[in-house]
Amino acid sequence: MNYEPVIGLEIHVELKTKSGMFCGCPADHFGKTPNTGTCPVCLGLPGALPIPNKKAVEWTIMLGLALGSTVSEVSKFDRKHYFYPDLPKGYQISQYDQPLCRGGKIETSQGTVRIHRVHLEEDTGKLQHAMVDGKKVTLVDFNRSGVPLVEIVTEADIHSADQAKEFLKKLHQIVRYLGISDADMEKGSMRLEPNISIRKVGETALPPYKVEVKNINSFRFAAMAIEYEIKRHATILESGSIPAQETRGWDEAKNATVSQRSKEEAADYRYFPEPDIPPLRFTRGYIEGIRQSMPLLPDERKQKIVKEFGLNEQQATVLIDDERKLNLFESTVLSNAVVSAGISGATVANWIINKVADYGVATTQQVAADIVESQKITVIDESELQNVLATVISSNDKAVADYKKGKQQSLMFLMGQVKRQIPKGNTQQILDALKAALDTQ
Amino acid sequence: MLIDLPISELSEKLRSKTVTSVDIISECYDQIEAHESKLNSFITLVDRETAIAKAKAIDETIATHASPLAGIPYVMKDAYLTRGVRTTAASKILDSFIPPYSATVHRKLEEAGAILIGKMNMDAWGHGASTENTDYGPTKNPWDQERSAGGSGGGPAAAIAARFCSFGIGEDTGGSIRNPAAWNNISAMKVTYGRVSRYGAIAYASSLDTMGPTAKTAQDCAYVLETIAGVDPYDATSSPKPVPPYTKEIGASSKGKKIALPSEFFGDALDPEIKAAIMEAREVFESAGAEVTEVSLPLLEYGVPVYYILAPSETSSNLSRYDGVRYGGKRSLFTKENKRRIMTGTYALSSGYYDAYYKKAQKVRSLFISEYTKLLSQYDAILSPVTPIMPSKFGELLDDPMKNMMADLYTVTVNIVGLPSLSLPCGFGKTNLPIGMQLVGNMFSESTLFALGHTYQQKTDWHTRQPTLVSSK
Amino acid sequence: MTGSTDTSSNMTKSDPLTTNDIDKIARLANLPLNEAQARELTEQVGVTVSYVSELQTLATDNVTETSQVTGMENVLREDEIDTTRMFSQEEALSNAKRTHNGFFVVDRVLEEK
Repeated sequence: MNYEPVIGLEIHVELKTKSGMFCGCPADHFGKTPNTGTCPVCLGLPGALPIPNKKAVEWTIMLGLALGSTVSEVSKFDRKHYFYPDLPKGYQISQYDQPLCRGGKIETSQGTVRIHRVHLEEDTGKLQHAMVDGKKVTLVDFNRSGVPLVEIVTEADIHSADQAKEFLKKLHQIVRYLGISDADMEKGSMRLEPNISIRKVGETALPPYKVEVKNINSFRFAAMAIEYEIKRHATILESGSIPAQETRGWDEAKNATVSQRSKEEAADYRYFPEPDIPPLRFTRGYIEGIRQSMPLLPDERKQKIVKEFGLNEQQATVLIDDERKLNLFESTVLSNAVVSAGISGATVANWIINKVADYGVATTQQVAADIVESQKITVIDESELQNVLATVISSNDKAVADYKKGKQQSLMFLMGQVKRQIPKGNTQQILDALKAALDTQ
Repeated sequence: MLIDLPISELSEKLRSKTVTSVDIISECYDQIEAHESKLNSFITLVDRETAIAKAKAIDETIATHASPLAGIPYVMKDAYLTRGVRTTAASKILDSFIPPYSATVHRKLEEAGAILIGKMNMDAWGHGASTENTDYGPTKNPWDQERSAGGSGGGPAAAIAARFCSFGIGEDTGGSIRNPAAWNNISAMKVTYGRVSRYGAIAYASSLDTMGPTAKTAQDCAYVLETIAGVDPYDATSSPKPVPPYTKEIGASSKGKKIALPSEFFGDALDPEIKAAIMEAREVFESAGAEVTEVSLPLLEYGVPVYYILAPSETSSNLSRYDGVRYGGKRSLFTKENKRRIMTGTYALSSGYYDAYYKKAQKVRSLFISEYTKLLSQYDAILSPVTPIMPSKFGELLDDPMKNMMADLYTVTVNIVGLPSLSLPCGFGKTNLPIGMQLVGNMFSESTLFALGHTYQQKTDWHTRQPTLVSSK
Repeated sequence: MTGSTDTSSNMTKSDPLTTNDIDKIARLANLPLNEAQARELTEQVGVTVSYVSELQTLATDNVTETSQVTGMENVLREDEIDTTRMFSQEEALSNAKRTHNGFFVVDRVLEEK
């Protein structure tokens, strides 16, 4: 039987604001001593009240604009209730029926993937398992609690693992180019949750189940998890059953997904409008202002470097894939040193793609100097050149004689001898002078 | 007694050094030692030495304090976080909770130099109208110790009536500051929603909760409100509107003021003694030149249903944080009434019922807003009783959810709309139990209400009457 | 939970609650109830619910909901760190019953969320 995968993605991105979503605690929580970055608000103390972070709201709108979403004129926060030890208030402040952005899309080589919505919420604390005094316990650290978190939800428009991967790469690139998140998957600042089901080719209705996969910390694993699920579902469907609606986790060690929690009782989050936060209303002018302040997106920058600096498609793609390379290229190609030496964009691109080892430490100034140096054409002082030629000719009688007999290799040998003494010499100038000197012998 | 004096006078005496804060505080503690055991108004009493030490410090620096509240003793309902001083919300869940931060209201009062002497009894988490639903034993009414001091803020009200302190800070979600004021013969201002910061006050129902003063007179309440009101960067719902100089504007004349008397408040549910007292008050206002007109507020009967959807829903959410992980004890320690409200609210918000209950109540809330707005566009204030019944005997309200709900009949609609309401003593029943009335005004019209209340208290002496307990030994 | 044998939880708004409903709500509310409490709450919450259902008689077809009465909008803070409110680790943990090496401690949660 032929099946078609039906895949939707939920992606959480931690914003790199200075402070929290609803309080002034530092948003940078990674690697900090546990429970040292908290206040009444993010620790969920009695009486604490949330105040939303303006920048987090702006950045979410910016992401929406980059994805072609419609920014809601009126938006609000809602409370989403569930009990878990990493959720200090027993509810997460999130957005329910009036998200900041709706709609939008990302084009992939296998078709358009529509964005369902983009909304803003707060992150939870972090749990880790441990043994304390011989007892199995869970330790809770609230440093991450209240960090701004954007959730991007797609429509179930994805039909293969490769397409999912391409989508995710593009989204990752957009987020990075907007400068709103590190989107570092290993640190958990970008988290992926595919919803997967499959149906017979030709069917159009959504399958009567879906499986959500969590704990994925790379695009590769996302693709592997999707492949794994597609096969697993097919086997179950072939046997005449329907896969269970459940949440599974990706197990790196087993290269497999494992069941985590079956949703026997559908979650009931009891959303209601957050009474502690007045609603948000955005004027067209405000949204336009954000659009104006938006940095260029990956596709726009690609077109720009192709057009302005004459790069080919392949060079441009390599640079765009890594913003550090792209930034280095743009600053280098426009540097005084490179511009005044008249070096082409293609040359700069090739150098950066092939010769720069560490993009983390390379400075524009150094790279520009290296490129100019590599391209340097030095005009040698004529008398100095004649002295060197005289020395070389007089000390290589055999080679000179061979040349006279028509052996071109000897010319190259002699050329090498000269170059050894004047390494920066203009090759053409030296060659011309060498030939002339030999001819007059 | 010094503590009988209005705040303005006490403050003057402190400044002229004819009285010291130590004198006032000592008198309060003597009074507490003599009578607290009969009332059970405190959950946590600040120890005498600590309070006296603070008073001494204020006495020494009195000239440098701008606030008239410097050196004045006060109490807070135990719903306010007070850094370093235990805060329980009258629940065993928080029995050992020592807050690591202070509510904005507490911070402002400390900065003003007022002296906190205790954290007061209440219905646990604000759930109740009789201070019986507390894990620390009921607070008894100073006027009759067989009866409830009202609720949820019975503790602060009883303490003021018993002259344990000069003023109190209450919290009103559905009547919690006005109902005890009425039953203890004291005054209280339920402020406009957003007038006073909620930061650091334990939330009952976030969209209804208001933080306000309670004291012997409208004027004392004005002094306190002037200090605690204002926008707070830590409360997104606090209003940026400037705080009027209430104590300066309190002398405004009541002549020509228009007062509405909605007939729906005077139906069968109302005790005839209370009705009679309100009618007398009407005459007092008329004699002061105000114009009192009977009007209609047909939605009134829907106030309790709206309240008993919104408040339990929001409280079920607000009380979710008490999971025993970061502070406090287990959820099994919630009282029966707490559990009733949490369950009711959880139900009203649950999938399939949200539209029929929570959303419906929010719509009816809009109807209330337009009905009140319309009425208050023609009147300066609405005069009504605070409670339909005289102070209840213990047990009467506790186990009967219907009776419990109906006690809030006259107070809850004000919270639903967000309006301010001043509760004032206006008479006594045959058995010498106090009766209260309320004046409800437009959003942010506290100044108008204070002036009306002040006029009334200059023409009457109900507010000066004390329970016999005060002077007994 | 209760040992109720009541299986019907399908009800319209005016029906009384069943102990099954109460069990479900108690799970959502994370309230441990014994059988007697569940029985009592079934009745009492039922009374409240049917009383507040009185609202259904009011027409609200073209009425929008009010969630907040302040009329305020766009109350936001600048993206700045506020150290004045931050707790030391010791303060953060000061009211917790169980701590370990700077962490709060709970019984092992088995499933990942």
